[in-house]
Amino acid sequence: MPALLHEPASNLASKPTRWAMQHLGVIFAVLWGAATITFVAVKLIPGDPVSILTGGENVVDQAERALMIQQYGLDRPLVVQYARYLGHALVGNFGESYQYRRPAISVIVEAAVPTLQLAGAAIVLALSLAVINALATAGQRRGLRTVLSGLELALLSTPVYWIGIVLLALFSFRLHWFPVTGNDGFAALVLPSIALGLPLTALLSQVLRDGLEEALSQPFALTVRTRGVSEIALRVRHGLRHAALAVSTLTGTLLAGVLGGSILTETVFGRSGIGQITLQAIKTRDMPLVLGLVMMSALVFVVINLMVDALYLVIDPRLRRARV
Amino acid sequence: MSVDESALRPLRAHLGDTSRRRPWRAPGLLLPSAFVLLLVAAMYAPEWFTALAPDAIDIDAILQPPGPGHWFGTDELGRDLFCRVIYGTSQSLTIGVGAMAIASLGGIALGTAASLAPPTARSILVRLIDILLAFPELLLALLVIAVLGRGQVNTLLAVGLSHIAGYARLVRSQVLQVKLSGYVEHAVTLGEGRWTIVIQHIVPNTIRPLMILATIGVGTSVLAVSALSFLGLGVAPPAADWGALLADGRNFLEIAPWMSLLPATVVAISVISITLLGRRLQVLLARGGVS
Repeated sequence: MPALLHEPASNLASKPTRWAMQHLGVIFAVLWGAATITFVAVKLIPGDPVSILTGGENVVDQAERALMIQQYGLDRPLVVQYARYLGHALVGNFGESYQYRRPAISVIVEAAVPTLQLAGAAIVLALSLAVINALATAGQRRGLRTVLSGLELALLSTPVYWIGIVLLALFSFRLHWFPVTGNDGFAALVLPSIALGLPLTALLSQVLRDGLEEALSQPFALTVRTRGVSEIALRVRHGLRHAALAVSTLTGTLLAGVLGGSILTETVFGRSGIGQITLQAIKTRDMPLVLGLVMMSALVFVVINLMVDALYLVIDPRLRRARV
Repeated sequence: MSVDESALRPLRAHLGDTSRRRPWRAPGLLLPSAFVLLLVAAMYAPEWFTALAPDAIDIDAILQPPGPGHWFGTDELGRDLFCRVIYGTSQSLTIGVGAMAIASLGGIALGTAASLAPPTARSILVRLIDILLAFPELLLALLVIAVLGRGQVNTLLAVGLSHIAGYARLVRSQVLQVKLSGYVEHAVTLGEGRWTIVIQHIVPNTIRPLMILATIGVGTSVLAVSALSFLGLGVAPPAADWGALLADGRNFLEIAPWMSLLPATVVAISVISITLLGRRLQVLLARGGVS
């Protein structure tokens, strides 16, 4: 997946305009693909399209129904419907969420705030733990490393909701340290971000440690060591930069982990956010909202991948050099 | 987590000396194998494990904590949870295996096509895989559920379809390697037909490394299926797969935490066992040079 975005990145310096065009092209292609897939998906739902778009039989009266048909062009050929839908979707107009009686886009933007807080906290937690873990255990063969890598393997296969339930049962119900549910303040963010962050930590640790070990076996590491630089300084100042590159292959997996994981985490902890509205939208078949969420997910994916690409040019000067 | 590169990466380093000399006796292989055997037994002969019936209601024993009479405690209707977990095994694993089968077969088809089809079709398929990979698997599965509605078959389809892209990407990279290999070149030189080469040489050589991944994939699918049930979008209520049990228990988290915790633990241990088993096999095969 990142390969899609990575190849053009290698000649950024030589052809900035072309680089930008290529990336815009990729964004456009992914969004168009996402919109097309959802269009096909909605058309595959059996039944009366007006009922599907409004969430049930007889939700709207005849006048509104006629308006909907006119608005969505449901009486027009499929190609026209598709074109109209694409035009609307690409500018963020997904229609009105019938559940909230507001444009889907505004519902999504509002729900994104608590989810971003949760995801942000989880990512910061995961990154710091993984960096410490990798720095401490890279190159070791037993001892702490055996324990930690066993733990990583276990965490990778453990359901996110299990970690959440354990944390809840222990720290909220038994010890009463943290609130059980809700969105208020920092205390309510602690347990959810740990639950979401731990599996990410495991994944990141494995990759960072591999990258670090790879870097430490390079000739440059030997050079640095012969200059008398301490092991810690070598790892922090020289090794980490290389290890960070290894994480690039994982951007997609990590994002999926964060987004999918936040749906589960928000459910366990009863937090509001993107996860909650996604579930509600799917349970009630609130199609405008589902479409908006799918498009948003695709947009987040391409934008983050793009940012990671740009970040790598900062991290690794070798990538900046033109390869022409 | 999803089927990703890290799953393909062989397990290194922390195989102790014992396991190196007698690989089949390492605890990392024995324990998971034993647990997987237990799961299979529970799948085909649940009555070996418990004398109770999974839907026997006992009003006198409502919400009992785990104890000698009820190992996993009882639920709000006094049903024995251990019994319900045992009887849920078959459903959870069947859906898990089925979903993995759909995902890997779909992945093989899509991945092979995306590397061997005529150029135009090929680039469209590669883009399709990229686009599918842009979505979290859980979101794709939810989208499928939104379209098809809930149900056993739909859960299986949702989880299977949502994992196709991951397999397809791996198959594609595998096929591209195999395509350059000596025996394919040989077959081309001998003038064998295009389809013969694909079916007789390329697909079998692509599938072998995929087998291990599919083992791990069963674990991933079981996890995904239980997550869907946990969210209330999996198998419908009267059925009792593991996810449904723990979703049910979620309503009683404060007074009876074991109701969701124990089934969730069974899911976790199963997935860990299956994953460990897959990874061990991968290491053994890699070392024996079989794959």
